[in-house]
Amino acid sequence: MTSMPFYVSPEQLMKDRADFARKGIARGRSVVVLGYDGGIAFVAENPSRSLHKVSEIYDRIAFAAVGKYNEFENLRVAGVRYADLRGYSYDRSDVAARGLANAYAQTLGTVFTQESKPYEVEIVVAEVGRTPDGDQIYRLTYDGSVADEHGFVAMGGAAEPIEEALQERWVEGLSLGDALALAVELLGKDPTGNGADRQLSADQLEVAVLDRNRPRRTFRRIAGPLLERLLSPADPTSDVPATDDDSPGHHDVLTGDSVRDASTNPETQRPDVLDGDDSES
Amino acid sequence: MTGSSGRRLPDAFLAPGSSSFTEFVGAHDPGLLPSRRPLPPGTTLDAPHGTTIVTVTYAGGVVMAGDRRATMGSLIANRDMEKVFLTDEYSAVGIAGTAGIAIELVRLFQVELEHYEKIEGALMSLEGKANRLASMIRSNLGLAMQGLTVVPMFAGYDLEANLGRIFSYDVTGGCYEEHDHHSVGSGSLFARGSMKKTWHAGLDRAGAVSVAVEALYDAADDDSATGGPDVSRRIWPTVASLDVDGAAFLPDDDVASVVEAVVAARNGNPGGAR
Repeated sequence: MTSMPFYVSPEQLMKDRADFARKGIARGRSVVVLGYDGGIAFVAENPSRSLHKVSEIYDRIAFAAVGKYNEFENLRVAGVRYADLRGYSYDRSDVAARGLANAYAQTLGTVFTQESKPYEVEIVVAEVGRTPDGDQIYRLTYDGSVADEHGFVAMGGAAEPIEEALQERWVEGLSLGDALALAVELLGKDPTGNGADRQLSADQLEVAVLDRNRPRRTFRRIAGPLLERLLSPADPTSDVPATDDDSPGHHDVLTGDSVRDASTNPETQRPDVLDGDDSES
Repeated sequence: MTGSSGRRLPDAFLAPGSSSFTEFVGAHDPGLLPSRRPLPPGTTLDAPHGTTIVTVTYAGGVVMAGDRRATMGSLIANRDMEKVFLTDEYSAVGIAGTAGIAIELVRLFQVELEHYEKIEGALMSLEGKANRLASMIRSNLGLAMQGLTVVPMFAGYDLEANLGRIFSYDVTGGCYEEHDHHSVGSGSLFARGSMKKTWHAGLDRAGAVSVAVEALYDAADDDSATGGPDVSRRIWPTVASLDVDGAAFLPDDDVASVVEAVVAARNGNPGGAR
C-alpha cells in the first residue's frame, strides 16, 4: 500500500509549533528587565558565571534571553555583528535597538514558519536613552512577534505572575536598589502561589545595567560586594558608582571592590562630551 | 532563502564560529574591507601621507606621540590630522603612510578588538592584538604594491608582563617587537637619532613624554613632511600614554607646556646639545 500524504491544517501546524516553543521556554528560569531612574536593569536567575543570559550588544543596547542557550547565543552573536557592522559602515550613533529588533523579528518569524523546528527562545532588546523618555524595550517571541514594552518585561518559565506583580508595583523613577529588590523578590516567588518563596542570593543572580550616565559603552555587569550592597535593604548604596573598578583588566563588571579615579574612554579621539552632538537615536 | 524573506538577518550573521569582525565582513560584504577593493593596474595615486610617529617606553608603561601634518607631494594636505588612535583600553596605534587607508584600517582594528571583547567576553592578549593588526597589513599588500602603503606602529600595556610593549610592522605584514623606543614615518630617521641620545632606562611618564616631543621636534627640524610645533595655531602633537590604568590622551594644555619647554630649550641651541 502506498502511503497517503495526510492533511494538516495550517492552524494546527502553527499551533503545534507554538506549543512546542512555549514548552521549551517554560522550562527555563525567568528574566526580568526593568527601567530605573539611571537606566535599565536586567536581572536573571542564573548560577553560571560564564554562560550569560544578559549581554552587551552595542554602546547603549543590551540583549536578554530565555530558552535554549545555543539558539539565543546564536542570535546574540548575530546582533553584535549587526550592530558592529552598522556602526562601522555608518556611525556609532546610527545603531538603534529598533532596527535590531526588526531584524530579529524577521529572523524569528522566518525560522518559525520555514524551518523544521522553531527557536525555543524569547528575547529582549533594550536601548537606554539620554533621558528616561528615550528608553526603549522590545520583547520578541519565538514566532517573530515584537512588542514595544513600557518600563518592564518578564519572560521565561513563570513570567505571568511576575508580569502581573510588576504591573502593580513598578513605578517610574525607582532607584537601582529598589528596582533590583523588586525584581529579585518577584523572581523568588513560588509560581503556583502555594509553596514557600525563595530568597535568591547574589551568587544565584546575573545582574547587569545599561547606565544612562556613562560615556560611550554603557553596559556593565554587577557582581560581588556591590551587588550584595545594592540588594541589602540596610545598606544605603542605591546606584552603581560613576567609574569602573580600579583593578587592571576587562572593565565590564562592577564589583565595588575599589573604584578608579577617572575611567578611560577608548576609541574616541578626545574625551566624550555628554549630551554633545551625539544625537538621540 | 535569504533574499526572499525581507529583512531577515542574512546567513553570515547566524553562522557560528568566528569572533573576528574582519572575517565576518569579508564573508558578508567584502567591499567594506580596503584590501578587497581592486585598483586598476599600473596607476599610482597622489594621496595624503601621514608622517612621523614615535613611541617611548618608561617604567610601567609606554607613550606614543605623532605630529599633526599630512602631506601630498610638496603640499601640506592637513595640518591638524590625528595619527595616534586608542584602539582599546590598553592599546594604541600610530599610523604612517597613505592616510585614508591607514585610518580605515585603524577603524576596522578598533571594531575588531571591541567585537572580540563582546563575543568572547574577554580582552584579547597583547600579542593577539599585534598579530591581528599584522594580518590586516598583510592583506593590504596588493594596495601597498601600487603605492598605497600603510606602516603602523602598535603599542600596548601587557597586563600579564606588566609593562609597555612596542610592535613595528613592514608592508608585508611582518611584525617585530621593538625595545625601549621606536619611530616610523618619513621623519623616523631623525627621531630615532634623537631618542638614542635622550632616552634612558627608568624614565617616568613625564620624562617619556618629553623625550617623545623632543624627538618629533628633531624630526620636524630635518624632515619637511613632519610638522613642527605650531605655536601660532596652538596645534600640538597627539600624545597618548598607556599604563596599568589604561590608555588616555594627554590633555592639550599638558602637551602645550612640554612643547613650550622643548622650544625654549632649543632657543640659541638648535641642535639641543647638552
